[in-house]
Amino acid sequence: MPLEPIQPRYVPRVLIAKPGLDGHERGAKVIASALRDAGMEVIYTGLRCSLPTIAASAVQEGVDVIGLSILSGAHLTICEGLRDQLQSQGAQDLPVVVGGVIPAADRPLLASLGVRRVFGPETPLDEVVRFISWLVEPKALITPDAAAGGLSGAPPRAFAHPLAGPPASDAASSTAAEGGEP
Amino acid sequence: MRRSGRGSPPRRPPKNAGAGEAGPTGAAGGAKASIRSPGTNGSSPPAAGARPIPHPPSGAGGAPPPGGAPRGSTSAPSPRTRSGTPIKPLYSAADLREHAPPPGVFPFTRGIYSDMYRGKVWTMRQYAGFGTPAQTNERFRYLLAAGQTGLSLALDLPTQLGLDSDDPEAAGEVGKVGVAIDSLADMERIFAQIPLGSVSTSMTINATAPILLAMYESVARKQGVPAEKIAGTVQNDLLKEFGARGAWLYPIDPSMRLSVDLIEDTLERLPRFNPVSIASHYRDAGATPAEEMAYTLSAGIEYSRALLARSIDPNRFGSRLSFFFYTYANFFEEVAKYRAGRRIWAHYMKSIGADAPGAQRLRAACVCGGHSLTSAEPLNNLSRLTLEAFAVACGGLQSVFTAAYDEAFAIPTEASSRTSLRIQQILALETEVAKTADPLGGSYFVEALTDDLEAAIRQVMDQVEAQGGMVEALRSGWLQLQIGRRAYEWQRGIESGEVPVVGVNTHRLPEGEDPPIEQQELSREAEREKKAELATLRRGRDAAAVEQALARLEDEARGSQNLMAPIREAVLAYATLGEIAKTLQRVFGSYRPPSRF
Repeated sequence: MPLEPIQPRYVPRVLIAKPGLDGHERGAKVIASALRDAGMEVIYTGLRCSLPTIAASAVQEGVDVIGLSILSGAHLTICEGLRDQLQSQGAQDLPVVVGGVIPAADRPLLASLGVRRVFGPETPLDEVVRFISWLVEPKALITPDAAAGGLSGAPPRAFAHPLAGPPASDAASSTAAEGGEP
Repeated sequence: MRRSGRGSPPRRPPKNAGAGEAGPTGAAGGAKASIRSPGTNGSSPPAAGARPIPHPPSGAGGAPPPGGAPRGSTSAPSPRTRSGTPIKPLYSAADLREHAPPPGVFPFTRGIYSDMYRGKVWTMRQYAGFGTPAQTNERFRYLLAAGQTGLSLALDLPTQLGLDSDDPEAAGEVGKVGVAIDSLADMERIFAQIPLGSVSTSMTINATAPILLAMYESVARKQGVPAEKIAGTVQNDLLKEFGARGAWLYPIDPSMRLSVDLIEDTLERLPRFNPVSIASHYRDAGATPAEEMAYTLSAGIEYSRALLARSIDPNRFGSRLSFFFYTYANFFEEVAKYRAGRRIWAHYMKSIGADAPGAQRLRAACVCGGHSLTSAEPLNNLSRLTLEAFAVACGGLQSVFTAAYDEAFAIPTEASSRTSLRIQQILALETEVAKTADPLGGSYFVEALTDDLEAAIRQVMDQVEAQGGMVEALRSGWLQLQIGRRAYEWQRGIESGEVPVVGVNTHRLPEGEDPPIEQQELSREAEREKKAELATLRRGRDAAAVEQALARLEDEARGSQNLMAPIREAVLAYATLGEIAKTLQRVFGSYRPPSRF
């Protein structure tokens, strides 16, 4: 199934980051390519990007979402560190999603660190694209100028995106997104 | 960093732009400056000085060059191999283009030895190592007792990247994907009660391979085992780190120097040690089987050119180069890939003056598993692993690692790694595969596929040469971009259903019916323990000796001498891995990758 460009009114900007020491970037590059082909602007950090650099780049570039690719097992340390870095930059509301090899038992812990969603090795690209489109939806529905202040605290309405559709397998619940994978 | 905007074609910055290597002061984290705007599309001209790969006088001459045809880019319904070569509905004697000489005879298409596994069955070598040195020691002794014939040491990322366990950059990664080694003391613990004169050990280590090998050799010496008796392999292949695996440390040129220093140093001193395992992680990063073999052989050519540049006789180093490949479940193509690869390598070595058969043989190990394993219905991976190991045995390789069925999502448990070892034992003992050499030789399909793969592999090798060889193809980011695109094509193929993966995009279990699998619990204590041990080590050693050894190392790194001797001296003084690596980094600087996608 080809990935249909979602053509939102607002071009979402995504930072795909590869924190930690792991050097396997196949997943990060595939996701970056898929998001690009879905019409988003994607910035990829390359390998071994430090957490302060990720947070600073995200703020300076005004990205809508940070996607972390983590395969090494260091996800808890990394996500905690990034949360602190984002807080110190005043960007604690910036949504963070994680892709990689994450044991099920750790998912609630990641959710408690503010991770919106965890994608596994076999998550379809389409699902990732849809979820990220849905995350940035408030910006898609209002003008970029009005959105410049960042995401409001209100949770986005599920299924409301006119073109992107619902985030797959999220059972129409916005709380599922807040809490990571069911 | 690289950015790419909406609807834009894949970007191609000008050659070398942003792909540079930070100077000795390093520019780690200075990624901001390297963000560039889209719109610098264009293709690089072939680099000057491109050299053609010598082609053999016979074989594959009439084969159409089908390689490189991307999966799924054609509307033709004809089935294709994963490398893109067409598969005919039937093969017959008319498809045989060359009558391959018997195994053990140049160009070794049918195998590198005449008796193959009747003389010696392949080495069964499972990758293991996690947490602390004591835990790894325990796992090694368990595997040896279970009948494993060689050890393979997995190292954690800080060890692979020259960081001590108490380095802030190592936080959270100590002992996670392998064992943490900080100093000679750790290597002593790992091999306690394991006689190094009678086992062989493979270490998957690259950027810090010189340090780890020096440690291993020192442990042997302390056990009373002379250097010429120790056997094993260090991976020591930095090119595939830049191309696919990402565990680089220094820029490309000093990395090559260290790698070749190690190879040169072992030629006489450690005659039973393989000083390099030229590895094919390009495959797991996305390359097709033909590209995998092509990039790996091209890397082999790059190493042999570096050795020739040091005036070392190809007959001397040829027998010491070994290779490492990935095998997936595309059974027949994998068998053909190995047959074709041996043929190409033998012709290449002959062309540079290696006339001893030992220097022309492509000796290879492989891993079964990798990206072919799924986290959906993980027990299905046992079937994949069995097919893969069977392909390797039919393909005639020398050493096999069968990954564990739970490896797609976890560090394997004792039971899952034992079961994977059992796959190999069942193959070797309960089937006929080890009882005759090249059991598929003469199969119309396999022989024709071997020729097709040879043509496809050569075509890709020529592309690499047109880039100026592997080093230049990596420096410019060309190779990384090719691989990344293949990975994306593959993923798209899975999602469109064009590439069937059972349990993932076809024959799926209903949601929630995939039962959870027992997972190995990783101790979070490893990091704390290692930090405490390091503090003790630093207090107890002769600080002046450490300082002196590191000063000598730094001094010699600024020159052009072989660095193995000063590294051994530092290791014996109990300088830590991090101290040695950082000493070299002061001279060599850091690498910054061209992060294109």
